[in-house]
Amino acid sequence: MKKFNLLILVALLLSIAVVPVLAQDEVTELRITWYDDGNEGAVLRDLLDQFEAENTDIRVVMDTVAYNVVLEQLPIQVEAGEAPDMGRITDLPRMAGQYLDLRPYIEDPAYWEENFPADVFNSLRAGADDEGIYGFPTQFTVTGPFINRTLFEQAGIEVPSDTSDAVTWEEWTEVAVQVAEATGTEFAIAMDRSGHRFAGPAISQGAIYFDEDGEVVIDTEGFRDMADILISWHADAITPAEVWVGAGGSYAAAADFFINGQLVVYMAGSWQVARFSNDIADAFDWEAVPNPSGPGGSTGMPGGAALVAFETEAGAANPERYAAVGRVMDFLAREDIQREFAARTLFIPGHLNLGEVPYETDLPAAQQALATFTAEIPKFDTQAYLLQYSPIVFAINNPVRDRLTQVITGELTLDQAIERIEQDVADAIAAEGA
Amino acid sequence: MDTAVSTSEQLRSRGSLFRPVIGLWSRFLNLILDLVDTLMAPIQRRLGVQRMAYVFVLPNLLIFGIFILFPMLLNFYYAFTGGTALFPEDRPFVGTANLSAIFTCDNFLEPNSCREDLFWRAAFNTAGYVVFEVGLVIVVSLAVAIVLNRKIIARGFFRSVFFYPVLLSPVVVALIWKWILQRDGLLNAFIVGLGGEPINFLISSDWARVWVILISVWSQMGFYTLILLAGLQAIPRELYEAADIDGANGVASFRFVTLPLLMPTMLVVLVLSLIRAVQVFDQVFAFTGGGPGTSTLYMVQYIYNTAFSNQTREYGLAAAASLLLAAVLFIFTLINLRLGGAGRVNN
Repeated sequence: MKKFNLLILVALLLSIAVVPVLAQDEVTELRITWYDDGNEGAVLRDLLDQFEAENTDIRVVMDTVAYNVVLEQLPIQVEAGEAPDMGRITDLPRMAGQYLDLRPYIEDPAYWEENFPADVFNSLRAGADDEGIYGFPTQFTVTGPFINRTLFEQAGIEVPSDTSDAVTWEEWTEVAVQVAEATGTEFAIAMDRSGHRFAGPAISQGAIYFDEDGEVVIDTEGFRDMADILISWHADAITPAEVWVGAGGSYAAAADFFINGQLVVYMAGSWQVARFSNDIADAFDWEAVPNPSGPGGSTGMPGGAALVAFETEAGAANPERYAAVGRVMDFLAREDIQREFAARTLFIPGHLNLGEVPYETDLPAAQQALATFTAEIPKFDTQAYLLQYSPIVFAINNPVRDRLTQVITGELTLDQAIERIEQDVADAIAAEGA
Repeated sequence: MDTAVSTSEQLRSRGSLFRPVIGLWSRFLNLILDLVDTLMAPIQRRLGVQRMAYVFVLPNLLIFGIFILFPMLLNFYYAFTGGTALFPEDRPFVGTANLSAIFTCDNFLEPNSCREDLFWRAAFNTAGYVVFEVGLVIVVSLAVAIVLNRKIIARGFFRSVFFYPVLLSPVVVALIWKWILQRDGLLNAFIVGLGGEPINFLISSDWARVWVILISVWSQMGFYTLILLAGLQAIPRELYEAADIDGANGVASFRFVTLPLLMPTMLVVLVLSLIRAVQVFDQVFAFTGGGPGTSTLYMVQYIYNTAFSNQTREYGLAAAASLLLAAVLFIFTLINLRLGGAGRVNN
């Protein structure tokens, strides 16, 4: 009886182990780690459904996570050998060497080279000799300010950029305070808690981040001027302190304050257009304005996200899996798919040759904002490109963000903060090179 | 009578419903026991009954070794390596460079003069937190325990109420209080309702520190109250009666009877709360993220940021900092063991 029981148990365990294996068909399941700014996750899912309908042997699962997870946890996951098949990232050089070179798995690498920016490809490459193609930009982003025009109209104050091509940050601050006071609006002006958002205004004020020898430079008049402006916003309590002061050590956006009509001027960027179209729509008149001017000109920051493929143990063991990744990436990089993605997400496309994108919005504010941001692209300063496509862009931007916060809270003086940023950047470069 | 019959029929039919399930379940349990017996019997024959104890301890030892001992040893190794590589074999040996970076300081009382200023900010923040949080949690827990030890109305209910926050996840506690304290939160609505000006509790360094401590006390006091309550109930009533006969009032009874006899329990509470306070992380991380600035950045978050959250992942520096934290915890644990030993001798 005992042996009989045992036999039954062994049979049961075997069936538990074997049934799932037998149940597996020939479908390859791929995973994408994704984050959303607006509706792009839903749009991508639609496109992947199209792909799956045409390619019944591949299923793509989207793991949508918070943006901070992509910044902080995905690199550790990748380094530990637990990478997803694909992922949407913004810190492009961070995982260089761990991306999958797609050239053997895509139909026409030349198409990719011709239609996507070389800067993005280079940022994903591990060195000067690396010619791999590891992914493509899902969108190109441009930083710049939004204004709540309704508040200007209610205050009876003219929007400065209506009559001048060169409005300074000081002028915007002054006029935003006037509008806030006249309309009883809680906050005049705000900027996302991000070194990337700070960089464009700083360069416009005359800052440089790299000297002629390619060495990192932090302590410049322009940097100090913009830091002083940001600090004064907090000292004068005209900006929501929750964004820079109350967010702990991570990225924080001031978008909610703008959406709720609590903010007159908001420094963010083109990726917010879709969200504003949905969350504000025509509740009030919002629009993008050109980046303010200063001694260094008028520049925003380029940026964007890329969809990359990762080297994985499962792919190394089974090249068919990498081939499946290549088919997904080829599909998503197709011109018609790129056009649909940009049109529905209201993103400036990363694809260089789409022509005019038929954005799917009837909202004049969204059309105006996209046109304004697109017009900003030719005005980008060389320093903006140098910073954005530097392998140590986040190693510069994050200490700038964190140390300036310490100045705002009174823990450091600006001089001490600049010294600390320089040390943090030097330490980061040393640690990476160790 | 009809009702009684129908109830008994219902029970019978329910019993007949459950009988096959119970039968199946006991058959399954028999299967498992047979399997264990089949596996263990030959081992016992080979090792003997005495040594079987080790076999039963082995799974736990393996878990301890894999998830505690091995990471500890690995952490020790990492503390003496540099670079940003994750795997030990890719990490260059740098000797005591990480510890030396931490201790490079012009003036240890001034974090800005230290090379690793954030480490020292975290160290001072943690020290301040430990002193105030532990002090407050002991005083409040003791007061609550004394009240709950009296014959008050709904004593059982209040004991549950004070213990309930202990059951909450630290993240839930943090989110609840964040909603209460934020600019448009419940507390400010109350203050404005009373005609006051709203206070932005979460962006003021001082307020953030205060609230972090108060919330920790609120969420943990139930646990310590329970321990102190057990200590209070162990004090013989005759001693209070004797003190009463000698003319001692309530304060004198507390000072000369309750406090001395409760001291061993309070020392245990002190050491347990000290260890827990030094390790503070999850609740504060979810509540303030270490801010405003670095005003609520505590040691474990510093280690987490340095290793996993910062752009450049300095595992070596983080491991060195965690070694220092482990040293502090080791000292507290020794004190705990010593006090525990002393308590046993006294008993």
